[in-house]
Amino acid sequence: MEDMIFYDRMQFAFTITFHYLFPQLTMGLSLMIVYFKWRFLRTQIDKYNDAAKFWMKIFALNFAMGVVTGIPMEFQFGTNWAKFSELTGGIIGQTLAMEGMFSFFLESSFLGLFLFGEKLMGQKLHFLTGFLVFLGSWASGYLIIATHSWMQYPVGYEILENGKFVLNNFGALFSNPWLMPAFLHNQMGSLITSSFVVAAVGAFYLLNNKHSEFGKLFVKTGVIFGLVASIVVAFPTGDWMAKNVAIHQPVTFAAMEGIFETEDGGAEIILIGQPDVENKKLDNKIAVPNVLSFLTYQRWDAEIKGLNEFDESVHPTNIPGLYYSYHIMVGLGTIFIGLLLLANIQLFRKKLYETKWILWSLMFMLPFPYIANTAGWYTAELGRQPWLVYNLLRTVDGISPTVSSGNTLFTLLGFIGLYLLLGLLFIMLAGKIINKGPETTKQI
Amino acid sequence: MELFWYIVLMTMLTIYVILDGYDFGAGIIHLFFAKKERDKKAIRNAIGPFWDANEVWLIAVGGVLFFAFPTLYASSFSGFYLPLIMILWLLIFRAIGLELRGQIHNSMWEAIWDKAFGISSLLLALFFGIALGNIVRGVNLGMVTDGVSAHEPHFFFLPLWNSTFSPHAEHLGIIDWFTLLLGVIGVVALAIHGANWIIFKTNSDLNQKLKQVVFNLNIVLLILVIISLFSWHIIDPKPFHNFVKYPWLWIFPIITFTGLFGLFKVKSFKKDGFGFLFSTLFLFGGLATTVSSIFPNLLPSTNNVNPSLTVYNAAAHEYGLSVGVYWFVIAAVLVAIYMVIQYRVFKGKMDDVGYGEH
Repeated sequence: MEDMIFYDRMQFAFTITFHYLFPQLTMGLSLMIVYFKWRFLRTQIDKYNDAAKFWMKIFALNFAMGVVTGIPMEFQFGTNWAKFSELTGGIIGQTLAMEGMFSFFLESSFLGLFLFGEKLMGQKLHFLTGFLVFLGSWASGYLIIATHSWMQYPVGYEILENGKFVLNNFGALFSNPWLMPAFLHNQMGSLITSSFVVAAVGAFYLLNNKHSEFGKLFVKTGVIFGLVASIVVAFPTGDWMAKNVAIHQPVTFAAMEGIFETEDGGAEIILIGQPDVENKKLDNKIAVPNVLSFLTYQRWDAEIKGLNEFDESVHPTNIPGLYYSYHIMVGLGTIFIGLLLLANIQLFRKKLYETKWILWSLMFMLPFPYIANTAGWYTAELGRQPWLVYNLLRTVDGISPTVSSGNTLFTLLGFIGLYLLLGLLFIMLAGKIINKGPETTKQI
Repeated sequence: MELFWYIVLMTMLTIYVILDGYDFGAGIIHLFFAKKERDKKAIRNAIGPFWDANEVWLIAVGGVLFFAFPTLYASSFSGFYLPLIMILWLLIFRAIGLELRGQIHNSMWEAIWDKAFGISSLLLALFFGIALGNIVRGVNLGMVTDGVSAHEPHFFFLPLWNSTFSPHAEHLGIIDWFTLLLGVIGVVALAIHGANWIIFKTNSDLNQKLKQVVFNLNIVLLILVIISLFSWHIIDPKPFHNFVKYPWLWIFPIITFTGLFGLFKVKSFKKDGFGFLFSTLFLFGGLATTVSSIFPNLLPSTNNVNPSLTVYNAAAHEYGLSVGVYWFVIAAVLVAIYMVIQYRVFKGKMDDVGYGEH
């Protein structure tokens, strides 16, 4: 059975990973564009409007990539995970249909107006259309995470005799305790990506001595937004999520943290180490005693159950993958806070634009928020395995019964080829826009 | 409640076909008739600010199908696996063709994306027509061989074709002569529809020529529709039993033929929008006629072992469907408002929008 679902899982993992490179920038960047536009309305300084227009070009390209790679996601529930769709469609279909009806229409209708309508509508209405695009993209994130939360922590359902999940409490989908921390955590992650992208482009301009006026604006805006987001992503939202996992998915929590044995007198926090699942131990570990117990339960001696206490049939299927994803996310998040803190101190001392090593670091940091966001999602998804709906429906029981793995491999290869092309085109075109730089409004 | 969602779903599907249909059609016209850069630009401007929002209707249709008829969603999406994934690839090609073309000014770059846009529009129209053909013809639900189901009664899988291309074979293919006929009707009907949209929304030099194109294609369409009506009898011995039972349904074929015959007067219309109106009537009437002829089936079964998927046996549970009405009504009102705003801002002729220029 495991072999049959391999290509289905690979295809979903590949297409969703590639897809989410784009929305994470869309969601954060839309907020920052709205900010530039708002500053322009308040100050009437052209620089802000020019900045908004420049980022709109990147946004439009990025948004198009997000849309074209997003449509396959909705289809794949049915094409590759038909049994899952049939059994749970009455519930997750609600939130996915709402996403289409509430957020995609909002985004797509107003994006056209936002991109082409500035002259037709005037500045205030143009700001409003930008705000609505932002609202649509965040609503989309909210409804996707509502769907995700139900799979992690099912609520408001009953299971019929034929195995179908039916909804019995619509409100529960939105008061799900999993939803709010996950949503805020994800949105802050998205804002970190956009902050680093904006700051990296600014640093690129400053280090090249071109578009310096915009370079300063981008670096400044990026590091301020970035610092706030990277703190909130860790505390309170990340902390809150980890506690949810510890309470509701203790076996996942143990695997994430790399805890094999339950320790008396409190659990250590693992900083570095390689899980050896066969021999149930962690190699080369560097750990700090009792900190994990304190972070999780605010007591130094609180017990945290190790993996060995759980039956292997409920262990996450890829323990090392889960452990590394989580540690990469947390490690990068810590580096982000450190770098952005230093950058803000230099900004406050009015020395940031001359501190070359910080500018270089900001520029080279560009790929890492993408990696951190991806690692975060891998933590959530690998952590839920071997379940599709936690504790209720196993992943092997959710695939399409009639689609052969040969057909799935064919389409997986097709997606890989096509997305490789999309990725190359995106980098080439985004590079071209960035290299050309913002255009300044000509004074008449 | 199932009936309510059936009507919602079919209405949304029809809106999708009418809206995305005109930009697929514009792509087909672009492929065959737009030779000069000016003509190509006019066509891009006519659909530029709309195509993305039009495509959202497809996602919305998929979402409502998933939520209201999960069994049908699961069954048909896995059963039509390959063509659906290919439709996704075509949609991607088409979208990047439109969005990336203007990013670099180079004749080779532009030529590549022009072809990507045109060819994928053509193939999409063909695929959607074939999809409609498959739904009318039905599939081997449960994959029955010699009276024994190989899978659960609502699951199936179809390859792209079988060696006979016959809609009567025990092991069907997605493409056979009947579904291919509907595919060609799809291409011709959407080409007409797209041409009408271009005439409506631009002052292009192409417009006079396009009116002739619409007239000629309409003759082809009429012939194809007549052939399809005869071949329908071969697929289903009693295609009009619903129309006998509920005579008011005749309104749909009447609308279809009003649209079809109205288009022959394309050269003498006083207003540029009339052609688009008539091709809209044709698409609406044609789709409504087709789905009401198989009602209450959503996906007919071609064997005697497993029942067809119907509005009633493929629907989600009662509570979910009822609670969905509340948010759906709110969302539908909002969508209507967005559309009014969007089409008001971009009203009239679109030649100067400057879509895709950087």
